[in-house]
Amino acid sequence: MTGKVLTITSGKGGVGKTTAVANLAVALAADGKKVVCIDGDIGLRNLDVVMGLENRIVYDLVDIVEGRCKTRQAMIRDKRLPDLFLIPAAQTRDKNAVSPSDMIRLCDELRQDLDWILIDSPAGIERGFRNAIAPADKVLIITNPEMSAVRDADRVVGLLEAEEKGSPSLVVNRLNPAMVKRGDMLSVDDVYDLLRIDVVGIVPEDENVIVASNKGIPLALEAKSRAGQAFRNIARRLNGEQVPFLELESQGLWDRLSRLAGRR
Amino acid sequence: MQIKGLKDGLLVTLGDAAWGILQEALLNRVEEQASFFQGARLVLDVGNQVLKSAELSALRDTLSEHGITLWAILSNSPTTESTAQILGLATRIHKAPPAEIRAAKGIDHESALWVARTLRSGVRIEYPGNVVIVGDVNPGAEVIASGSVVVWGRLRGVVHAGAQGDRDATVCALDLSPTQLRIAGEIAVAPARQGTPKPEVVHLKNGRLQAEPWTPG
Repeated sequence: MTGKVLTITSGKGGVGKTTAVANLAVALAADGKKVVCIDGDIGLRNLDVVMGLENRIVYDLVDIVEGRCKTRQAMIRDKRLPDLFLIPAAQTRDKNAVSPSDMIRLCDELRQDLDWILIDSPAGIERGFRNAIAPADKVLIITNPEMSAVRDADRVVGLLEAEEKGSPSLVVNRLNPAMVKRGDMLSVDDVYDLLRIDVVGIVPEDENVIVASNKGIPLALEAKSRAGQAFRNIARRLNGEQVPFLELESQGLWDRLSRLAGRR
Repeated sequence: MQIKGLKDGLLVTLGDAAWGILQEALLNRVEEQASFFQGARLVLDVGNQVLKSAELSALRDTLSEHGITLWAILSNSPTTESTAQILGLATRIHKAPPAEIRAAKGIDHESALWVARTLRSGVRIEYPGNVVIVGDVNPGAEVIASGSVVVWGRLRGVVHAGAQGDRDATVCALDLSPTQLRIAGEIAVAPARQGTPKPEVVHLKNGRLQAEPWTPG
C-alpha cells in the first residue's frame, strides 16, 4: 500500500485548517480508508482537542523524531473510527525540533500501511510550514472569502510553485451565501479569479463547527450538517469521485459554480 | 571559499566549480565549525552559477537544519537572481546607490527580462532594465525596473518603472488596475475601473502619470 500525503495549509491563521483536517480525516476514514493525521503545529497543538483525543496523548511527533518511541506508539486511535489515527504535536517544544527531512522519513514509513496521511500545517510560511509541505504529494489550501486570507493564500501558492510542489487545490471555507448575495463578501468566483487554482470544496459558514470542535466531535460525523456534508464531498473528490457542489446560493451563482467545477 | 563577517550576518563567497562540489564543500565547512555557524544569517555569493529553484530550496532547507538562515543570494546570473527572488530570498545586501550614479551606467533599452509566469503576493522582481511579464501581477507582488514594464495580463500589484530616474519609461498592461504605480519619482494610485478592462499605456506627462487606452496603429 502506498499512501498519499496531503498537507493542509493557508498562510493566514484562523481560517479553519485544523477543522478541515479533522473533518477530512473523519470523512475519509468513515469511507473505509486508513488515515493518520499529523499535527504539525508544534508548540501550539490543537488538532487533538478538535478530535476529542487530548486525554489519550502519551507520545508525540517529537518523541518519534527523536527516537523515544516507535511510530506506532505515538499513533492515537480514534474513539469512533478504528482506522483513524492521530499523531499529536509536542506542546512543550518549538518548530525547530522537527526538520523537513524528518517529516519526509516519517511519512515514507507511514505510507507503507495507510491510505492517507493528512498534515495540519501551522499558520505562516516559516519552518513549521516547510516541515509540513516537505513530504506532501498534494497540498490543499484553505481560505476564507475575505481579502486578507486570499492574499496570504496567494503568497502560499507562489511559494509552493517556487518549491515545485505542483499546483495546490483550494477549499473556500466559511462562505456565507446571504452576504455574498448582498455583495458584502467575496464570492467563490472572486477568490478563483485571483488564485486560479483548482477549487475542490466550498464549505458554508456554520456555527455548529464551533460547537463540534468544543465537543471534540468533527461535524463530518453528523449526517444533517451542511458543513459536514461539504467536507464529506471534499473527501470523496480527493478519492477521485466526481461530486457536484452543494447548492448554497441563488441560481445565478450556482451556474457560475458549475462552470468553476467544469474548469478543473 | 571565502567567509566574511558582515554587520548582520556572514557572507560566503563560493569559487568557480560544479555546484555539487561547492555545495558539499560548504556543508562540510558548516559541519566542521558547527558552533561558529549555529544561528548565523548567511548571504551566499554564487558568482556565475545558474541555479534552479529546487537546488536553492534544497540548500536552504539543509542549512536550516544546521540552524543557519539563508537570507540572501548574490549572483551575476539574472536567472539565479529571479529564482532567489521567487523563493523570497534577498538578492542585494546593501541599499541601492543613489539614482544618478546608477542611471549614469546606462541601461540596455534593446533587451528585457522575460518572466513567463504570474507573480503572486510576496514576489519582488528587481531588474536594471526592461521587464516583460506574461501572466498577472497579483496584489502584494512588486516589479521594480530601471526601464519599462509590460504586463501581458492583469496588473494589480505595484510596478515601479524607471526606478533609477528614467522619466521616459512606460508601463503597459492588458488590464491596468495596480495597487500603486510609479514612474521615476512620481506615484499614482489607479482610480476604480469602470466597465470592461482594456489595454492601457502609462506615460509620465508634465510630471504626472497618465494612462491612455492602447490603440492599434
